[in-house]
Amino acid sequence: MGRELENEQYTVEELVAVNPYNPDILADLENYVNQQVASQTYNLDANLCLLRLYQFLPEKTSTQIVARILIKALMAMPAPDFSLCLFLIPERVQMEDQFKTLIILSHYLETARFRQFWDEAAKSRHIVEAVPGFEQAIQAYAIHVLSLTYQKVPRSILAETINIEGVSLDKFIEHQVENSGWAVENNAEGQVIILPVNEFNHPELKKNAADSIPLEHITRIFPILS
Amino acid sequence: MDAATSELVPDSVKSFVVHMYRHIREKNVYEIHQMYESSFQTLSERLFKETAWPVVDAVAPYVDNDHVFRLLYKEMWYRHLYAKLAPTLKQRIDSFDNYCSLFQVVLHGVVNMQLPNQWLWDMVDEFVYQFQSFCQYRAKMKNKTEQEIGLLKQNDQAWNVFGVLNFLQALVEKSTIHEILQRDKEGLEQFTANDGYDYNGGSNVLKVLGYFSMIGLLRVHCLLGDYHTGLNCLLPIDISQQGVFTSVIGSHITTIYHYGFANLMLRRYVEGIREFNKILLYIYKTKQFHQKSPQYEQILKKNEQMYALLAICLSLCPQVKLVEEAVNAQLREKYGEKMSRMQRYDDEAFALYDELFSYACPKFITPSSPSFEEPLVNYNQDAYRLQLKLFLYEVKQQQLLSGVRTFLKVYSTISLAKLASYMEVDEPTLRTILMTYKHKTHSVAANGKIMSNADVDFYIDDDMIHVIDSKPSKRYGDYFLRQIAKFEGVITELDRVKLE
Repeated sequence: MGRELENEQYTVEELVAVNPYNPDILADLENYVNQQVASQTYNLDANLCLLRLYQFLPEKTSTQIVARILIKALMAMPAPDFSLCLFLIPERVQMEDQFKTLIILSHYLETARFRQFWDEAAKSRHIVEAVPGFEQAIQAYAIHVLSLTYQKVPRSILAETINIEGVSLDKFIEHQVENSGWAVENNAEGQVIILPVNEFNHPELKKNAADSIPLEHITRIFPILS
Repeated sequence: MDAATSELVPDSVKSFVVHMYRHIREKNVYEIHQMYESSFQTLSERLFKETAWPVVDAVAPYVDNDHVFRLLYKEMWYRHLYAKLAPTLKQRIDSFDNYCSLFQVVLHGVVNMQLPNQWLWDMVDEFVYQFQSFCQYRAKMKNKTEQEIGLLKQNDQAWNVFGVLNFLQALVEKSTIHEILQRDKEGLEQFTANDGYDYNGGSNVLKVLGYFSMIGLLRVHCLLGDYHTGLNCLLPIDISQQGVFTSVIGSHITTIYHYGFANLMLRRYVEGIREFNKILLYIYKTKQFHQKSPQYEQILKKNEQMYALLAICLSLCPQVKLVEEAVNAQLREKYGEKMSRMQRYDDEAFALYDELFSYACPKFITPSSPSFEEPLVNYNQDAYRLQLKLFLYEVKQQQLLSGVRTFLKVYSTISLAKLASYMEVDEPTLRTILMTYKHKTHSVAANGKIMSNADVDFYIDDDMIHVIDSKPSKRYGDYFLRQIAKFEGVITELDRVKLE
């Protein structure tokens, strides 16, 4: 209210923080989505703010921008951002073909059906290739799910999950061995990749963490201890 | 209004407004609270069970025609009307205008009152309720008269979603409640310890309205389906501790109900279960003290709804260990049979998820103005149907997990091939089910960290599944901390005793 004159001096993050319920920032937020696509950055709060404005002013909805927000949200997996966005998009908008495709892609990712996902994504290149970094982001999610699940994963499963094969896969694994603590083992059936240890694929590590006490709570007994 | 001004004001009402006005001017919070909670209810029951209170112009002469008192009186007047009668469109619009005037007065800092937390909470609560009610009413376009449509078009600012959100936001900002809570935490200000009241001659109204507006924003965002933003609005309040929000039962319940619901929708089931468990235990223990309260019915309704939400959370994430015995017993009695059927994930189970969700969810709204083009259609169910559909979609994605959980519980190691044959799926499918299990039981917390919600956990080593049934880790640390503090108290007590 009355702040629109000063918009120039604010970054978009500040606009969202200071005045999130202002229809005048709609165009700024739309530009910001394109900027996130171009610069491979991401800001969920700003994007939700824009979807909310579309919800309030449906006639202003740009389906192209909505599609970009949804693709960026897919790239944020395992975070539930895609659902968070869908909750705000009216059903009649979701009926459009491009959104139906994205919803199917999300469904495959949510249910870890990576082979189907990559097949479907290949059929919809025109949608997902509009956003740089898409493939890498999904691969990062795939590796996240693999590391939650496996201590050791057969090479063929890894290949299918991240959709990389042959020499490219060799290079990929080599890179991970150097940078992310992966190791490779050979057994009778072929290569097995040993994924880095974490508390989810080595659940015995979790128990110690569960009983940790935040410093804040300890400070309560400082006066007694002194 | 003219005819109304001449209406007879009963003596008891005259006395009510005169005393209320005096107590407000004298900042006698205790008496204001008594009159607000008890006298107003008694008079409403006795004299205005099926009619509205006398209009403000009729009582104004007894209170110096005081501007602020008029606004406060009208606030109660409309609230009573909404509760007992069906408001007309004109009344809905007028009530909005009254809230605008009231909040403007508060925002521009010309009030110097102390009002009971209960009343300040009710203002925010009712403001959001009337907004929700208006959206529902407006969305039923089919049976609107031409006159109503004309009035709607003319008053497109009334209960406009931007206006509503901006008022709540303005109260939060102008009150500087975020900073107050920060200083409170650092021990530089006594806000929580004083329940938000000001004992230095100042006013609590803006501060506490700002505080409750954070909860109001959480609720509005949940009504809109924006759970992430809703939870963000609540961040400055530490709900794991006592606070001003627990000083009013209605605010306590509203906060936890929406907090838990938002976490359910964000798949943070453990967080939802924890908080529902705590509040349900609290209600279980304190219910009898609220029997006389005007909020009693509302308390019971929300209590039932939260049991339904807890049943949903536990069906998707069977961490019964997190639930206290008293709450669990109630839950079994109410939903035990349904919950076991929900585990089966057949059509009947989906119907039960649908039933419980529909019964317990907030009254979702479509915030945009209707299209006034013919033919007029109802769209009041649209928002609810969308949230329900997306929720059931999530349930469907998890439908195979309950089966895998059953097997994991009885094995410590099992090969993929063997489990696949037991589950009657091929091995690649089993791998996807196991990864889905991992993904769905590991949520992303507000700080971006991965949190395990799994009751049974496992890992795969090449072709072998190793199962770890996670025992509930006892919180020894917290227990010892509490005991140390308690013993220190006892020792201090003992030190004070002088032995002769």
